[in-house]
Amino acid sequence: MSVDETTTSPEPFEYVEPIFGDSPEGTHVWQRVPYNADDYGPVGDFATDFDHADPAYNPNAPAVWKQLRESGCPVAHSDRYGGMWVPITHDTVNEIAYDTENFTSRAVVVSVGRPGDLSLPAPIGGAPPITSDPPFHNMARRLLLPAFAPKKIEPWEPEIRLLCQRLLDDMGEITPGESIIDAAVQYAQHIPVNVIGRMLGFPEQDEELFRKFVHDVLERIAEEPGSRDGMDDLGKYILTQIAEHRENPRDDLTSYLLNVEIEGTPVDDEIAAGMIVLLLVAGIDTTWSAIGSSLWHLAQHPEDHQRLLDDPDVMTFALEEFLRSYAPVTMARMVAKDNDFHGCPMKKDDWVLLPFPAANRDPHQFEDADTFIVDRQENRHAAFGLGIHRCLGSNLARLELKVAIEEFTKRFPRYELAGDTRWSVGQIRGPRDLPVRILEVAD
Amino acid sequence: MRVHLDSEKCQGHNRCYALAPELFDVDDFGQAVLLVEGELPEELHGKARLAAANCPEYAIKIVEETRP
Ligand code: HEM
Ligand code: SF4
Repeated sequence: MSVDETTTSPEPFEYVEPIFGDSPEGTHVWQRVPYNADDYGPVGDFATDFDHADPAYNPNAPAVWKQLRESGCPVAHSDRYGGMWVPITHDTVNEIAYDTENFTSRAVVVSVGRPGDLSLPAPIGGAPPITSDPPFHNMARRLLLPAFAPKKIEPWEPEIRLLCQRLLDDMGEITPGESIIDAAVQYAQHIPVNVIGRMLGFPEQDEELFRKFVHDVLERIAEEPGSRDGMDDLGKYILTQIAEHRENPRDDLTSYLLNVEIEGTPVDDEIAAGMIVLLLVAGIDTTWSAIGSSLWHLAQHPEDHQRLLDDPDVMTFALEEFLRSYAPVTMARMVAKDNDFHGCPMKKDDWVLLPFPAANRDPHQFEDADTFIVDRQENRHAAFGLGIHRCLGSNLARLELKVAIEEFTKRFPRYELAGDTRWSVGQIRGPRDLPVRILEVAD
Repeated sequence: MRVHLDSEKCQGHNRCYALAPELFDVDDFGQAVLLVEGELPEELHGKARLAAANCPEYAIKIVEETRP
């Protein structure tokens, strides 16, 4: 691998003409893969008929990975979605994440439609940098990196803390031992939307509207692929905000994005809007899920909760252990050219699911991998991915997760599960309904 | 003991800066910068090992001195 492909440090890059979003060559030439879920039904054997969208998968995913590993299957397969491979071990996930020659990021969400050869031409893809391959990837990524560097993110801590406290205040009168709240719906889901809305400098009075747009868009994508209405509304809203920022530039993320330059040329509205949409799509469900799973764990492990209260410094390690044990994000790749992967005959355009959460439970990489160890000292987890696509928002995501857990656990020193947790379906794994009974409230 | 940082492998996970700010800083792009050179003082050995044990990209290497 050349330096250009592997590093994001500030070095000169080969200039590639960028095409964001639609291109005259027909960006929307998508193939419909020969797949109808009804022909398959519920998954019987995950080794040969893997489906991450089976409703039984997310609630039981760690058991599925364990069973696959123990049956000696490092790469599962499925005919679903037109053909899909699923590496399960840390080594195989790592190898594919690093191999940008044989595996392209052109499409990162497995679905019944996949980009054909003429659409979203590599190496750019529809939503740079997440859909980009080298050498273009580095260029798109470097536009965004400075805005999400640790020292740009750290100053947000007090504001995020106030936001969490306000959400807790809004829950009203709590009677210990009786009151049941939904930690996912009333708490976790609001945090990332609000934070990114503030960073972008969108008006506070629009918060509710903005949140609704985003959730419509994300939910519509899950329910009826192809419907663009919610996306259009959100697109219009973002373009209005951009126009307003062009008129009154200020110190926020939107103004930052309007000022970045590609080879000396400032980006246009469409490119800026595309980057904003990517930040929303990549940053919201993911962080919401991480917060929800962590609170779900603590509801069942009062000893870990108590440790966090008694010894706040343990959070440095606990945070990474929440991310390792309950990593919310599985990505995908497409096979770029036919190749033999450890005996698996991979064909061009096959899907490859990239379950970072499974890699995080691999006993060859982590001691007692299925045990949550609140102060685990050695923890090279892959929750934010591995290699060149390392999550751009990881510093922000960590800060939100840390503050959200700290404020919740301080306000409610004891709570327990109260009824059924409902898990998401698909590549982002986390609780969508998380009813908990509050047993104690801090004064 | 010496610490070595491979900037080509580093992807800016920022674990080292969080665990051992005495040894690592981050630049404007979120990439790690090694702050020390040569032999590490004894009291930083633990931190150096911790940073290396948590870098997901295996970009940090510890070279233990073999005493004559
Ligand atoms: C706990 C929360 C989060 C998790 C677990 C997570 C996880 C990931 C993972 C695994 C990738 C790698 C994608 C790949 O290999 O194809 C990624 C990429 C990305 N994430 Fe996150 N993410 C989180 C939150 C965020 C937030 C808050 C933002 C921004 C506001 C964000 C923005 C991005 C972007 C822009 C990329 C693309 C980077 C690239 O391709 O170079 N993420 N994320
Ligand atoms: S932990 Fe590793 S990848 Fe992350 S910033 Fe430090 S050296 Fe780079």
